[in-house]
Amino acid sequence: MYVAVKGGEAAIANAHRLLADRRRGDRSVPSITIEQIAGQLGLAVDRVMAEASLYDRSLAALAIRQARGDMIEAIFILRAYRTTLPRFGTSRPLDTTSMAIERRISATYKDLPGGQMLGATFDYTHRLLDPSLLTDAPVEEPALRQPDDEVSLMRVSEILAQEDLIEADGELPADHVTGDLTREPLEFPMSRDLRLQALARGDEGFLLALGYSTQRGYGNAHPFVGEIRIGEVEVEFDVPELGFAVSLGCIQVTECQMVNQFKGSAKAPPQFTRGYGLVFGQSERKSMSMSLVDRALRATELGEDITAAAQDEEFVISHSDNVQSTGFVEHLKLPHYVDFQAELDLVRRMRRDFEASRQAGNDDDFMEAAQ
Amino acid sequence: MSSHADLATYNFAYLDEQTKRMIRRAILKAIAIPGYQVPFASREMPMPYGWGTGGVQVTASIIGADDVLKVIDQGADDTTNAVSIRAFFQKVADIAVTTKTDEATIIQTRHRIPETRLKSNQVLVYQVPIPEPLRFLEPRETETRKMHALEEYGLMHVKLYEDIARNGHIATTYSYPVKVQGRYVMSPSPTPKFDNPKMHMSDALQLFGAGREKRIYAVPPHTEVVSLDFEDHPFEVQKFDRPCALCGAEHVYLDEVILDDKGGRMFVCSDTDHCEDRRADGHVGELLAKPQEAAE
Amino acid sequence: MTMKTEALTGGFAEPVHQAQGVFKLMMDGMARPGTIQTVGGGGTVPPAPLGIAAGAIALTLCDHDTPVWLSAQLASPLIADWLAFHTGATVTQEKAEARFAFIEAGKALSSFGLFSIGTQEYPDRSATIVIEIANFENGQLLSLSGPGILGTREIRPEGLPDAFLRLWADNRVLFPRGIDVVLAAADRFVCLPRTSKITVREI
Repeated sequence: MYVAVKGGEAAIANAHRLLADRRRGDRSVPSITIEQIAGQLGLAVDRVMAEASLYDRSLAALAIRQARGDMIEAIFILRAYRTTLPRFGTSRPLDTTSMAIERRISATYKDLPGGQMLGATFDYTHRLLDPSLLTDAPVEEPALRQPDDEVSLMRVSEILAQEDLIEADGELPADHVTGDLTREPLEFPMSRDLRLQALARGDEGFLLALGYSTQRGYGNAHPFVGEIRIGEVEVEFDVPELGFAVSLGCIQVTECQMVNQFKGSAKAPPQFTRGYGLVFGQSERKSMSMSLVDRALRATELGEDITAAAQDEEFVISHSDNVQSTGFVEHLKLPHYVDFQAELDLVRRMRRDFEASRQAGNDDDFMEAAQ
Repeated sequence: MSSHADLATYNFAYLDEQTKRMIRRAILKAIAIPGYQVPFASREMPMPYGWGTGGVQVTASIIGADDVLKVIDQGADDTTNAVSIRAFFQKVADIAVTTKTDEATIIQTRHRIPETRLKSNQVLVYQVPIPEPLRFLEPRETETRKMHALEEYGLMHVKLYEDIARNGHIATTYSYPVKVQGRYVMSPSPTPKFDNPKMHMSDALQLFGAGREKRIYAVPPHTEVVSLDFEDHPFEVQKFDRPCALCGAEHVYLDEVILDDKGGRMFVCSDTDHCEDRRADGHVGELLAKPQEAAE
Repeated sequence: MTMKTEALTGGFAEPVHQAQGVFKLMMDGMARPGTIQTVGGGGTVPPAPLGIAAGAIALTLCDHDTPVWLSAQLASPLIADWLAFHTGATVTQEKAEARFAFIEAGKALSSFGLFSIGTQEYPDRSATIVIEIANFENGQLLSLSGPGILGTREIRPEGLPDAFLRLWADNRVLFPRGIDVVLAAADRFVCLPRTSKITVREI
């Protein structure tokens, strides 16, 4: 006797219970704390904050724990929380020139005012598994030097600008209101502020692959890392009632300025052009990828031919959001049997027609052979 | 850092009032321009994109404390995602829910239109994955928007005609495009084309929400919804060559259920509420008519 | 800046549920053009001469994303303050910027032309105009047809602006562009989406 499937509710409740069990794992092992995640898996926390576009280390750590370490799931959880928060307004532009810098490198100059600062980087570590991390071996205190307030850490783009060899930073019309793609429907072509917002929220892996593709000839890029700087900047917010800006606190960001060769056009002289990346926390890979893609997406503005995926704004922006992508890819596991039934019926009918016409063809051949 | 104690305080029906107003304005314009896709600033919902976030945002924006909600997926109330969405609204809006089509004031659906004719006090909310009927012919939004603006739907007719040239008939079985009130070509969402005729001159308001694609569109009641076709190849719906094995219903959409690994299968109503109603009224299908034989 | 206390009162007592209720009436009204919707009491008391239904619609749909245009009689500091306090909406002098417009009873209309009618690509970016009239009983018999109407539906609005029928016919020709209208009389209203065709019934 056939009984229709029932009990979705109980199945869901049981699945959630099992999920909680698997998340907790072996009960004899202490559970991981939010402080441990925030403190010791800091780069995971940074990525979740960046792609969720919500700067809150402990909530990001909570999301990572809740998601069992699945980064996109954690980003999703934090975004779903972010969307319920009231929006008070737009901060003043961050002044990254006055960043309290922890790492700063330039690939275009051997030395420059303020110097190169390696900071906390994996760059020259040998990727050998480190047995000392199997235990809780003591870790040395870092050697830090006091910042020298006298030395201004001018940005590399300003050095080039002194010679007028790089395009201006670009300006939006005076009456331009900063866009927010989480609050307004998307429309193509986008203004650059919205595009940068989309890229800053975009999936690191997707942007990495696109940025990489521009280096391999899909998009004609000749990039140099003008500068990457990581450090803390102050966020200021204008309060109309007060008539001045108040500080909301400091956040860590990674900024990348990519410098690209540009041969010039009828209107513009030969000069370097800019690609820009800025992300929450410490993520050079993301900010570099972002600046490569930002530059590639300026093709139309600079009068370049659009030949590659990374230059195609609608393609890039429509597919850069991993919460959207994962939702739609994974929705394929939802039941589709109603539509499948319709397709099944069609394929069966077409197959019958096909067999019938082949049979008819065979009969004709037989007749011809017999004659 | 924020205070984490009050993380879980949400407004009635989850969405904040500002978001609801934005969606409500989009819904009203959608009704005023039948079949036109209104862009809206879709919010990140606490369920994945592609899993009904558009439908959920529409429902959350229209639902009131006195509404009675029914949620179906594939025609059934007990599919897991339908259960999950229904539970969501019970939790965030504390509203009454039902599986009875007749009792519902709002029916949120994925992939089916109920068999029972809808009434004027009901609203049907569709979950829509790809709202743009021209998307698979032209992936660019910038281009498809122009086509709608100019009422330039030749591409769609060419596609359907190529089907006929190749197969002798139109090989589209679901998401079958319709024209609304003689103007906009619209996707009915991935409902089987079997359901298309139910959209035409419906007594109920039909709202469509696409969360990931950020579009809302609508068909007001008593509005012409015509499936695209050709004079010599008129639109036809699927026909099933047997009735429902449980309730004996004909002219309804059936699910194929595989019974064993030897090719045994049966066909039962996709609309589970309709099937239960019929059985309660004493209708009996082939399988239930001979339980003795089946047991022997 | 000082606000009169009248600007601070007369909003929704229960904003979440009342806004849903009025929206539901609007949705039903747009979906079924010509049907009379009644806002009822509920404590909404907009400053005169803004009507109860018109005020309730403003409370339901307007906010700081929707600039509002007010006709001369309505464009008082009190009504502007009331809108600002209860909805966050700002009053604009530019018809083209307005997402909503409120027009007092008896106002002569020369054209809808300066209000946004949307574009062929984005016909939704058009104004919704709420026009106060006298009543829905004693006016000329008008017959509506179009989406949302099975056959025809009759209305008898009294106090339509003089040129309204001609302006409406002009508006329909623009489809899919065009404005949408709400006729309001005290606590009742009737929606006229751009798709509705109006013909004068000879008796």
